[in-house]
Amino acid sequence: MAARAEALERVRKALGDQHLRGAVRYTAENLYMKRKAAMADLDAQAARGDAIGNFEELRARAREIKLHTLAHLDGYLKQAADQIRKNGGVVHWARDAEEANQIVLEICRKRGARKLIKSKSMVSEEIHLNQRLEAEGLEIVESDLGEYIIQLAHETPAHIVIPAIHKTRRQIADLFGAVAGHELPTDTKSLTAFARATLRHKFMTADVGVTGANFVVAETGTICLVTNEGNGRLTTSVPPCQITLVGMEKLVPRLEDLAVMMALLPRSATGQKITTYFNMITGPRRPGEPDGPEELHVIFLDNGRSQILGSQYEEVLTCIRCGACLNSCPVYRQLGGHAYGSTYPGPIGSVLTPLLQGLEEWEELPQLCSLCGACHENCPLGIHLHEYIIQLRGELVARGRENPLMRTALKLVHFAWTRPGVYRFVAGSAHLGTKPFTRKRKDGSEYLDNLPSIAAGWTMSRTMPAPARRPFHQRWAELERQGGAK
Amino acid sequence: MKVSLFITCLADHFAPQVGEAVFHLLRRHGVEVDFPAGQTCCGQPSWNTGHLDDARDFARLYMKTFARSEYIIQPSGSCAGHVRYFYPKMFPDGSPEQREAAAIGQRTYEFTEFMVKVLGVKDVGARYKGKAFFHTNCHMQRELKVREEPLEMLRCVRDLELVDIPRPDLCCGFGGAFSVKEPEISTAMADDKLDAILATGADLLVSSDLGCLMHQGGRLEKRGITSVRPVHIAELLWEGVQQNGR
Repeated sequence: MAARAEALERVRKALGDQHLRGAVRYTAENLYMKRKAAMADLDAQAARGDAIGNFEELRARAREIKLHTLAHLDGYLKQAADQIRKNGGVVHWARDAEEANQIVLEICRKRGARKLIKSKSMVSEEIHLNQRLEAEGLEIVESDLGEYIIQLAHETPAHIVIPAIHKTRRQIADLFGAVAGHELPTDTKSLTAFARATLRHKFMTADVGVTGANFVVAETGTICLVTNEGNGRLTTSVPPCQITLVGMEKLVPRLEDLAVMMALLPRSATGQKITTYFNMITGPRRPGEPDGPEELHVIFLDNGRSQILGSQYEEVLTCIRCGACLNSCPVYRQLGGHAYGSTYPGPIGSVLTPLLQGLEEWEELPQLCSLCGACHENCPLGIHLHEYIIQLRGELVARGRENPLMRTALKLVHFAWTRPGVYRFVAGSAHLGTKPFTRKRKDGSEYLDNLPSIAAGWTMSRTMPAPARRPFHQRWAELERQGGAK
Repeated sequence: MKVSLFITCLADHFAPQVGEAVFHLLRRHGVEVDFPAGQTCCGQPSWNTGHLDDARDFARLYMKTFARSEYIIQPSGSCAGHVRYFYPKMFPDGSPEQREAAAIGQRTYEFTEFMVKVLGVKDVGARYKGKAFFHTNCHMQRELKVREEPLEMLRCVRDLELVDIPRPDLCCGFGGAFSVKEPEISTAMADDKLDAILATGADLLVSSDLGCLMHQGGRLEKRGITSVRPVHIAELLWEGVQQNGR
């Protein structure tokens, strides 16, 4: 129940923050509309024969690619690792967050590295890399603009693609102004210029560049980075050492699979046909090349993923972290990311977090959903997120982790309503049972208010219709006699 | 043609006039209607809250009650969506129960879907003066893929002006038990939806789902707003037929 109280506290905080709600609603809506336009455009292109498929076709192919990969993940991981080594990289396997952090620390220790620069990586958030490195006295700077903003604010990302989605322009100018030591104007150009100038120095002096990976191609060992700011390129070309952290599920078998995945990822994430940068990194700097790291490490992270493999939830591992489910979610739209309390928020976070980190610790997440299904509709992999939320609720119920009042109510309903005779008796007397809560309107009609127990959750903000004195089934015989209108 | 009416637990308890409207409209177009006595609830409350075995019991009861029905008509896109989309997912692949569930899902229709797709009736001969917003519930649009049918029917209503909001697809926040388990979020979602509807100047909030109507209508009443009447589409159409005097 502590989890419940904390979750409620986070939800109330978010709902009470009008700046946050305004910023989240604005950006989520913007991204949703851009995605919609991009997919309509893709469908039109496909109809003309100018694209490799429309949204539904590409989504089916992407599912096929990723489900196939998961079914043969051991083989593809081995192939990817062999290729990365052949290309001159070093491969590490991390069972959990602590092992991954230790590997990064060990690489830094060996190189005497003190300063790290990072392009965007949700896996690094998942393992709390920054806090771990800072605790050891190392400096790590976020170079994605959104991540940089939240690092300055000492927060965590509120969105998997748009980390500072909840921040207003004014708040960002204040954060940057504190670093600059003087007030900054709030226009985009001034703010990005300030971040660029500050970060450029950090790139030039970094000992290690840390990245995530959107895809790793098994047949070539290629690391793929999808960015819009070029920070991924700088992170992987200026520092002498590169460390790439990647979830073990992020593989695609072949280079040509990227054509399908990349047709979907930018469109789903930001409504772009292609991002400004798409980097494919196959090995460290080769002799004669002017830039790139002399040392390249790839850390494949499990951290709970192998438990999902082979389970009824396996499909969740096809996720490419585009954020389309967040942008389309009506609950996320109200709350932003922090209310979820997890690294991954929104629909994907509500399913993935309990699976990765324990259902009972995260039992509140599957409740933050009205089951509208917009996430599944917009997901480029067609992940049945709302159905998994129902399954997770089912597991919680099976473990007895449920509000006891709700449980009693539902059990009573099940008992009475699976017996038609009892159902009809209860329905026929409902208006008597609710009498103490019945109020009259000016026109004489009735409604319910101030209901007790769990129903109080309804009447705190809504009135409730009064049950009919004669339910429909009692009217049927007469209706049938009349024979209906002609 | 003969159809069976599944009234749904919500309409049975809170809006029996909706069932009467459906009955009269179907009869008016020459459809015979029966009302199998064993019916109760589709079981969606159990399924959505994770009481999965209980939900299967409700599914079995529905399948038994309507085993001989050629068409099953529901005044709810949400319940019809639950039957068609989720019933087949409740039973093991390839099992007889799953086949039965899939078959009964194909025979189950939301009211406007049946009128337009099966009967080919868009114009029921209604006249209703007002400005209406139609709220498409989530399961109706995403699980049944019914979006246009109710709008087509409403466009045929004389004197009725249809208005729209920028994001009609967004959930209103009802979500069944979600509305009492997470009332703050549910209400915030309702307020967004209602503010958008109020901005259109609509005086009718029409839907084919009583859950959404109770939620949004109940919120309107708590906010003291009386300018908008929440009404089920069948009820509006039937009132419109009577007003048209034909």
